[in-house]
Amino acid sequence: MVKEIERTELEPTSTENRPAEFHESKEELHSLFRTMSLIRRFEDTGWEMYTRAKIGGYFHTNHGEEATVVGTICPLRPQDWIVSFYREHGHIIARGTDPKYVMAELFGREHGVAHGRGGSMHLFDYSRHFLGGYGIVAGQMPLAIGVGWSSKYRGQDEITLLLTGEGAMANGASHEALNMIGLYHLPVITVVVNNLYGMGTTVHESAANPEIWKRGEMYGMHGAQVDGMDVMAVRRTMQDAMKRASNGQPSLIEAMTYRYRGHSVADAARYRSTEEVQSWRQQDPIERFYRQLSKADLITEEERNAIDESVEKQVNAAVEFADSDEHPDPNGLFDHLYVDPPAGVSL
Amino acid sequence: MPVITMREALHDALREEMIRDQNVFLLGEEIGRFGGSYKVTEGLIDEFGPERVLSTPIAESGIMGMATGAAMTGLRPVAEIMTINFIMVGMDQLVNNAAKIPYMFGGEARTPLVVRTPSGAAHQLTAQHSQSLEVWFAYVPGMYVVAPSTPADAKGLLKSSIRNDNPILFVENLVMYNEKGEVPEGDHVVPIGKADIKREGGDLSIITYSRMVHMALEAADVLAEEGISVEVVDLRSLRPLDVETMIASVKKTNRALVLHEGWYKYGAGAEVAAQIQEHAFDYLDHPVVRISGQEVPMPYSTVLERAAQPRMEDVVERARFMLGRK
Repeated sequence: MVKEIERTELEPTSTENRPAEFHESKEELHSLFRTMSLIRRFEDTGWEMYTRAKIGGYFHTNHGEEATVVGTICPLRPQDWIVSFYREHGHIIARGTDPKYVMAELFGREHGVAHGRGGSMHLFDYSRHFLGGYGIVAGQMPLAIGVGWSSKYRGQDEITLLLTGEGAMANGASHEALNMIGLYHLPVITVVVNNLYGMGTTVHESAANPEIWKRGEMYGMHGAQVDGMDVMAVRRTMQDAMKRASNGQPSLIEAMTYRYRGHSVADAARYRSTEEVQSWRQQDPIERFYRQLSKADLITEEERNAIDESVEKQVNAAVEFADSDEHPDPNGLFDHLYVDPPAGVSL
Repeated sequence: MPVITMREALHDALREEMIRDQNVFLLGEEIGRFGGSYKVTEGLIDEFGPERVLSTPIAESGIMGMATGAAMTGLRPVAEIMTINFIMVGMDQLVNNAAKIPYMFGGEARTPLVVRTPSGAAHQLTAQHSQSLEVWFAYVPGMYVVAPSTPADAKGLLKSSIRNDNPILFVENLVMYNEKGEVPEGDHVVPIGKADIKREGGDLSIITYSRMVHMALEAADVLAEEGISVEVVDLRSLRPLDVETMIASVKKTNRALVLHEGWYKYGAGAEVAAQIQEHAFDYLDHPVVRISGQEVPMPYSTVLERAAQPRMEDVVERARFMLGRK
């Protein structure tokens, strides 16, 4: 018999007072801060464009999860691969794809990253080894076995970052993927972005043992849990996992975070309290990073304002580009379905 | 021409393509030391090592997802799914990933992979091990579904499939591995998407594929003795579907009978019949006839199992009727 689990507010476990240690240059830190701010701005504007019907379909934002995005993706090297899921606008931007091509995709235009065929859930940039966003929960996970295997097979020093949500960890595909990644000692780092809710279902309602990072051991991986609202903590955990991956040890990282908005634009998130959302907003990853940097005299208010202004400009330019970009030609409906199909045959 | 079995033809195709291209590797359950459930990969692990002949856990999502990820990053995986009956537990990887990735990413990615798997029914293997599910995959834009009927076609089509840049379900038949046939020597390649006239005739076209090609040929022999000339069209692939060849045949014979192992409704015969009425309606002297497996899960009893499968006698009888003979 299934009893409904009594819900309590899911409060953040803060590492706010952890002294931030910075080994990075000021420029590098500012770049991380800027990328987080850019993603926030991009999502704000994207949401607005959605409500103005410039964007259709589903629309899942990274609001509140910016530290998990930037902390895991920015340390990667150009040769490393990323396999992501459907909440991936920030992921592709953090990887360096120009936001104007991302926005154009959301607008369904020809010069979008998937030429208007993919949309919000299916962003892609092969040149940056960003192997896509996927719309079936956990369905992207088995792909990472093959990407990791391929690096090893080709004898290349490449790491694969597999991003997934905690909801996917209840699906069978996650088990097959993690078991095989562990079994073959593949250079794959699996990051579970645990935002506590799979749509409206809490992790306590979907996981027999909600401490997902502990599954690492069972798959022969290094398991770690990290405060996903602290970009530097995520970054350190990721850098450690990268060292392990290069030595043939995969990792399973659980990054504790929170999405400020509903599951998608269509979700008003009535299943959680205002107090709960507020308690997480107080841990806002961008504000926290700013406080850390500020305390260490690594950023001034003027510098922050300049960054904010510059990302606003960049996102506005992205919207302008997307809005004026051409729609795909309906005559190209069947383009890309097959590579070199045989002539004169019904496909 | 040397005469070899279907098993040897498939084995040789794999081996030759592995020698030809370092990026070709095999993966699947029991394909290494065990030699494959139907022994197609026997010996390959000794020649190519466990990295190129990878025995995997029992994990169909893992296998087909792994193949897709490897294909996206430059390799040419050939996965073996032990039988088509097990494909459903990993079907999402083939349908939602492998088949859609090239299109949904606007042509920025490719998934050149082959999934080999035996289909069909026999040997009292019963409900969960006796199915012909290939039409499900032929329904999916982005997939190719290839299904050879002879060792020569098996070798030539498998080699083409491995060199092809699209995701391909390569359907073998579980009772045909010991069937023998002539196979041309050297680099024998058969293009994908071209049906083959296995027997020429003027009175009736039997349109079929895989094991049923042989039942059609047997029926054609019987009917020939009665003066009925049957043309046997072997589709060789369900997608691409070589409409041109089958329509040309129907326009010549004016009668079409579709024969396949799978279930009747929504089966391959339904699609073939629809194509014929679209493209050759005015040429038909008789409605298109479909002969298929019976619409039940495969029963165990030998008597019931036989009753659930297409029978040569039925093909002969329906053909006679179509020509107005008793």
